[in-house]
Amino acid sequence: MPSPFILDRSSVTQVMAWVLAALLPGVLVYVWLFGPGILVTLSLATVTALAAEAAMLKARGYPAKPFLTDLSAIVTAWLLALSLPSLAPWWLIVTGTLFAIVVAKHLYGGLGQNIFNPAMVGYAVLIVSFPVQMTQWAGPLELTTAHLTLAQSASVIFGGDLPKTTLDAVTMATPLDALRTGLLQQHTVDEIMTQPIFGHYGGTGFEWLAAAFLLGGLVLWALRIISWHVPLAFLAGIWLTAGFLHFFDAGRFGAPWFHLFAPSVMLGAFFIATDPVSGATTPRGKLIFGLGAGFLTIAIRTWGGFPDGVAFAILLMNLCVPLIDQYTQPRIYGGASRTKEPPA
Amino acid sequence: MSRELFKFKGGVHPPGHKSESNSRPIHAAPLPKKLVIPLRQHIGNPAKPVVEVGERVKKGQLIGEADGYISCAVHASSSGTVTAIDMQTMPHASGLPDLCITIETDGRDEWIAHAPLDYRAMVPAELRMRLRDMGIAGLGGAVFPSAVKLDPGAAQACPTLIINGGECEPWITCDDVLMRHRADEILQGVTVMRHLLGSTEILVGIEDNKPEAVAAMQAAAAKMDFAVEVVAVPARYPGGGAKQMIETLTGKQVPSGKLSTDIGIQVFNVGTTYALARAVHHGEPLISRLVTVTGHVLRPQNFEVLIGTPMHTLITLAGDRDGTTGVLMGGPMMGVPMPDLEVPVVKATNCILVKSNELFPPLPRALPCIRCTRCADACPAELQPQELFRFAKAGDFGRAQEYHLFDCIECGCCSYVCPSHIPLVDYYRYAKGEIWAREKEKRAADLARERHEFRLFRLEREKKEKAEKLAAKAQAKRAELAADPSASGAPDADAKKALIAAALARAQAKKAEVAPKNVDHLTPEQQHSIEEIEARRAKIRELAHQPLESEEKP
Repeated sequence: MPSPFILDRSSVTQVMAWVLAALLPGVLVYVWLFGPGILVTLSLATVTALAAEAAMLKARGYPAKPFLTDLSAIVTAWLLALSLPSLAPWWLIVTGTLFAIVVAKHLYGGLGQNIFNPAMVGYAVLIVSFPVQMTQWAGPLELTTAHLTLAQSASVIFGGDLPKTTLDAVTMATPLDALRTGLLQQHTVDEIMTQPIFGHYGGTGFEWLAAAFLLGGLVLWALRIISWHVPLAFLAGIWLTAGFLHFFDAGRFGAPWFHLFAPSVMLGAFFIATDPVSGATTPRGKLIFGLGAGFLTIAIRTWGGFPDGVAFAILLMNLCVPLIDQYTQPRIYGGASRTKEPPA
Repeated sequence: MSRELFKFKGGVHPPGHKSESNSRPIHAAPLPKKLVIPLRQHIGNPAKPVVEVGERVKKGQLIGEADGYISCAVHASSSGTVTAIDMQTMPHASGLPDLCITIETDGRDEWIAHAPLDYRAMVPAELRMRLRDMGIAGLGGAVFPSAVKLDPGAAQACPTLIINGGECEPWITCDDVLMRHRADEILQGVTVMRHLLGSTEILVGIEDNKPEAVAAMQAAAAKMDFAVEVVAVPARYPGGGAKQMIETLTGKQVPSGKLSTDIGIQVFNVGTTYALARAVHHGEPLISRLVTVTGHVLRPQNFEVLIGTPMHTLITLAGDRDGTTGVLMGGPMMGVPMPDLEVPVVKATNCILVKSNELFPPLPRALPCIRCTRCADACPAELQPQELFRFAKAGDFGRAQEYHLFDCIECGCCSYVCPSHIPLVDYYRYAKGEIWAREKEKRAADLARERHEFRLFRLEREKKEKAEKLAAKAQAKRAELAADPSASGAPDADAKKALIAAALARAQAKKAEVAPKNVDHLTPEQQHSIEEIEARRAKIRELAHQPLESEEKP
């Protein structure tokens, strides 16, 4: 065995464990403000992801242990679960997770080989295929008339009946949905923002969830698990694009702070766009990647067919990564930058 | 003293493990019964043996003379009888044998007559040749002949001279203890270097994890009659690399593919400086050096060791222990595993690191690359190791070269930080070896083609000449018959000769214009590593062609 003969203590498992740990503040705030339903979603996605991972490893002839314990499948499961409506039916969760692990990850070659972020592929498939079921968001507890226990949430998710109450009493349109619907009904942003679902910056409850994801992201940054480039560029892309539109027509375009303080944005900025496998690798490339994803997020929210655009924005930027990397190679020690012309 | 320091990019902070060996005083290792002295201990041409089997030699006697400009002499480390001049296993990872002179020592350790050099009275070129003939080569690891580095060349002077006491590799402390105990002599060597290079600024860079060495060198520097600035630099591997030390102290980077002297800076290791002082001020050729023996031994320490001493005697001296899993020459980041322990200590041997499973646990299995770019953050050459890995693994050596594979210094930082535990440096060595081999093959093919073409041309020419001769003969005959002595075929033959000369010139030009390659203009270091790499290629190729361990089917 040749040099070096020592390693520092890092491992893929350690990296993934920190990512999961950094998601915990968000999960806690989620439970606190929206009820315990998310725990059912997270658990179901985790079990499905591990089963799918194990099956695919076996089918592909890989040893199960080192790849199951790398925790990457659980990270995918959690990111998808946190992106889904918290009272989504079980089959939606299972379908999305299976698609993420089986198709987006393993059919592309497994850990390290996927071009697209698996969780976002799972999300995109679901929102395109089952748009109605993708609206079953539990409303913030302070606005809903009925609150579900953990057992009741599980019952809803697994298709059981709710005694004494209806699903409508616990679900609400998300702030982004409300904004979109309001704008389609020719209301101005100011009129729409008077609805109780809108809070200080973002949505009631949602803004705190966003803050919790931001906190977890800052922890990852402090631990050097992620670099500042992608999150900062992504948030800057959102803020600049939304701010530009808002500046020209505040009646038709939401304020930049509103767009920024959405949970999907913070989750996307710190946990999804920073996925190293499907993201850019060079410092300048990371900035371009983040800015592009931020711009596309607002563009899709504003002119696209879906209420939120983070998933599609990141997937589109995933596509550009090889090109971005190739054209942003940094200068090396004592040298000029890499020869400009693309290789034959 | 508040010199502004600069930060080189990348680097890592492995545990230093210096205290194990740096507190004990320097012990002279006892005279071994047998010395095995390789003729190639330095970069460049191996020395040519000048003694014969059966000949008696004295300590310090020249036994192998330098062969050319980039070469270095070797000397008998003690008195005794030459018993063999043959191929012996070398302290290389390859385990390949090389020509060595074996001396059976007589125990008298009898010196050859030697005297200090009056270096100020000597012509610089003459002094440099003397240093080459006294076997002075870089003791920091590269073993480049010092005489070559002491030539300021066309620039006439090298303004900045850096004495490198960085010693950033974990475990190694031979430079540390040398500076602690022999600071004055190190600076006497600096006097000579300054004289040859015409340097006006003298900097000594020492990593700040060696405060005793810094203090000793500062005390010694205060006594000098010229300014020597001893600077403690932040300890960060590979801060003791010449390029990194230059950047830390001056903020300058050595341009890719150039030498530090191109930006007016020359760097010498403290051990080299000390050896040079012994040579000039005592007339002693380089026959011994300090060697750290550490790791899994009872008494880790530094020994003054005669070149040619078998490594196992030193391990025994330091107290060998059960549970040894291997021995490295050098540190854990860049050291090479020893094929066996009969191999001799050479000029490059700064450390003998004994491994055990506790100190050096077996490396975990590799997982796929997740492109986290920790390697890029750690790379002091500012490369993108994750891309180089991808290209090397795919066998896409052209792309690997475009991404500056040959700027990789193989420091091991990328492998050290890799969360997937991929032996990245191995892939780069493999890729470099393959590229060198291919260019060598291409070269050989080019040469064969040229030879073939020239043969065809020669055959054609001979045929023509024959025909001409016949024609000339016939003409002469005719002329004779015509009895006209003024007629001659000479002008015609001259024209033909000119044609041939032109064709030859064309063939030569064609030969010369073959595009430059990586195997052209190699530094001797690279030439050296090519040879090592060649030997390991087959082994490494297997590794690269195999899937990662974890990808193996169960």
